[in-house]
Formats: sequence, C-alpha cells, structure tokens
Amino acid sequence: MSKLFSPENKAAFTNPLNLDNPVVVQVLGICSALAVTSQLEPAIVMGLSVTAITAFANVIISLIRKTIPNRIRIIVQLVVVAALVTIVSEILKAFAYDVSVQLSVYVGLIITNCILMGRLEAFAMQNGPWASFLDGIGNGLGYAVILVVVGFVRELLGSGSVLGIQIVPDALYDLGYMNNGMMTMPAMSLIICGCVIWAHRAYNDRKK
Amino acid sequence: MNTNSNSYTIIYASVMVIIVAFLLAFVSSTLKPLQDANVAIDKKSQILASLNIRGLEKSEIEPKYDAVIVGDQIIKADGTVVNDGAAKDEAAFVVDSKDINENNMPLYVANVDGATKYVIPVTGRGLWGGLWGYIALNEDCKTVFGAYMSHASETAGLGALLVEPWFQERFLGKKLFKDGSNDVALTVVKAGAVKEADFEVDGITGATLTTNGVAAMVKDGLQKYIGFINTKTAGTCCNEQACEKTEE
Repeated sequence: MSKLFSPENKAAFTNPLNLDNPVVVQVLGICSALAVTSQLEPAIVMGLSVTAITAFANVIISLIRKTIPNRIRIIVQLVVVAALVTIVSEILKAFAYDVSVQLSVYVGLIITNCILMGRLEAFAMQNGPWASFLDGIGNGLGYAVILVVVGFVRELLGSGSVLGIQIVPDALYDLGYMNNGMMTMPAMSLIICGCVIWAHRAYNDRKK
Repeated sequence: MNTNSNSYTIIYASVMVIIVAFLLAFVSSTLKPLQDANVAIDKKSQILASLNIRGLEKSEIEPKYDAVIVGDQIIKADGTVVNDGAAKDEAAFVVDSKDINENNMPLYVANVDGATKYVIPVTGRGLWGGLWGYIALNEDCKTVFGAYMSHASETAGLGALLVEPWFQERFLGKKLFKDGSNDVALTVVKAGAVKEADFEVDGITGATLTTNGVAAMVKDGLQKYIGFINTKTAGTCCNEQACEKTEE
C-alpha cells in the first residue's frame, strides 16, 4: 500500500491539480474550454469524459509502452485515444442522449485535446500503469476543475442559472437586472480563464 | 526483440488496427438499439413541441405522443394519401429528410383537445449549418397552431436562440396566406421590422442571416405542401382517408 501511494505517485496525482495544472499552467485544452463552458452541465460531463479517457489511455499506453515501435508511437497513441473517445461517445448517445446532443462535435474533439497526447507522450511512455493512471486522473480533474469554474461563472452571469436551475431571483430582474449575453459567447471564457490564471498565480506566489 | 525493424512496425500496426476495429464494431452494434430508441424519443418530443406540448419528462414523451398523434401519413404533392400510417411511428416517422420528394411527403395528424392539427416537417439552411423544424397547422390549414425548430451549428447566443420557446411561440396564430393568394405569405423578418403582423414573425436580434434561413425554410417547406393545404382550405372537409381518421 505504501508503494502504491509513494511520494512520486502522489505528486503525479496532485501536481496537475494545482502547480502543474494542464489548463492554467500548461495552457493545454483551451479550445474545448471555450466551447463547452457556456453552461455548467456540459462542462462537468466534458471534464469527466476527459478524465476517464486520459486515465485509461494512459494505462493502455503505459502497459504496451515497451512494445510500441518508436517510429509510429504517435500513431499508436492516436489510435488508442480515438478508439476510447468513440466508445465514450457511443455510450453517451445510448445512456445520456441529451448531453451527447449538447456536446455534439466536442466529444469527437476530445481526440485533439492536447492534454491527452501531452500526457501520453510525456508521462505514460516512461512510467508504469499505476503512476500513469494517477497522472491521467490528476490531469483530467485539473482540467475539469477549471472547466467547472468557468462554466459556473458563465452560466450564472450569462443565463442567471446554475445547472439549469434559476438562481437570480425574478425580483432582481424586475429591478432592471439583465443577463450578460456576452458571457454566452466563447470569447468570455478566454477572459475568465485569464482571471483564473491570475488568481492562481497570485495565490501560489504568496505561498512561496 | 528489435522493435524498430520494418516488419515489426508493419505487423504491430496491422494487428492493432484489426483489434480496434473489432472492438468498435462490437460496441457500436451492442449500443445501436438503445441509441435508436433515444433518437426516436427525441424526434417525438420535437413533434410534440410543435403542438405546444413542451417540457415533458423523457418517460412521458412516448405515451403522450401515442395519445396525441393519430396518424403519420405519407402523402403526394397533390394531397392524396399514400399511406395513412395508423401505426403512428412507422410511415412518416421513418422518412429521412433527404428522401422527401413529391411522391413521398411525411405528414403527421394530431388530435389536441379534440381538434385536428396537421404537423408538417420542414428543413432548411441557416448561417453555419442545417435547420429543421415542425410546423403545426390548425385544421383549416390557414393559421399556424405551433412551431418547433432546431439547428445544427448556429451561433450560440444569437442564431441558436431559435430553439427557445419564446421565439417559436411568435409563430402562433400567424396566417399562412394573404386573401385569395396561393403563395405562402408566412415569413420571418429582420428583428423589429414587422409590418404585417398577420403574416410576419419578428426575427432574432443580431441573427439576420439565421432569421433569413428560418424564413426560407418555413416558406419553402409549407409551399411544398400547397396541394395538400388546398384540399383543406377549399372548405370541403378533406380527402376521404384523413376524414375517416378525424372521425375516429
């Protein structure tokens, strides 16, 4: 048990959540952060899908890393990721049809999410399955956290609701409050991401 | 083993592709029935939305559809019924929009609170991608009872607002024709530019091109059914089969 949660393995899991966050530090996976965060629900589903796919792709690549011919390693990684994404997309269509309609093309775009290829190439090709699994979960969650923060802010300010439930009371609308239509546009997600990066840096600088 | 030799690389790639292909084919064929059922339920909820029945839970959709829709028919452009679709979701319901032609036009007959309504499926093009919708007409086919539409990839926050009920409800009660004319006059105009409120639906602010697409979709879509519509507006009850249907 102590070996399973050695300091290195713990670091593989916790680093991406904060100091080495894929979105706000490595600035990976921004395109999908723009696309699916206008509401909280698709942001959560996207975050969980990416977490699952990163984790399993990491494990699979880590298991076969010694057999992969070096010259086609990127292709092998892509095939593994593409197969997993297709399976997740089929499962969503069968069991969560509304969500899959909402995510539409972005599920397919998980394949091109830089976090996946980045982790496979940088971590899973050198490390064992268990460490790779933790690394995948950590990076997926690190990505999901940012998506949820951005999605929460955008849905609250853009539609006055959270998870589709109205939060801003009608009385406030009667007083002249209006939803900020800008928040539903993809560009605002970049600006919120910028604010998150700012807060994140300021917090970590202070800790040092 | 030398994992860098050519033969190893080729064999590795081939085996990998075969394994993945089998895996995907297996997953796809296992989940297909569930997915088809979801698509069918989604389509039924869209048809119901055009009849102003919205916000149902997933489990309520099928019973409600069975209760409200009394027939899905295949008709010809002149209004004659080819298949009266008593099964409710086996005739018009399974027509793919690209297979629609003048001898194969889907039409849904609904009974809402005792009144007969006709639901006409329409398709068109928006700014970025396809549009589709259902327009429900009152029994005399002169006025709109309700409308539902959706889109593939219109701009979020602008063109994509056409899925919102407040926009679709602007179609309610609009007239299809000007007096004595046989051309569909119902249209959607630029936001705030409504002159003849009888036929013109107010568009979406900042989404003029999507709005134009919706206008063309509604106009052309209904014009295709003009033969059928004329059999209703002419005053005589209707063609015989549809007549029996409503009497049942």
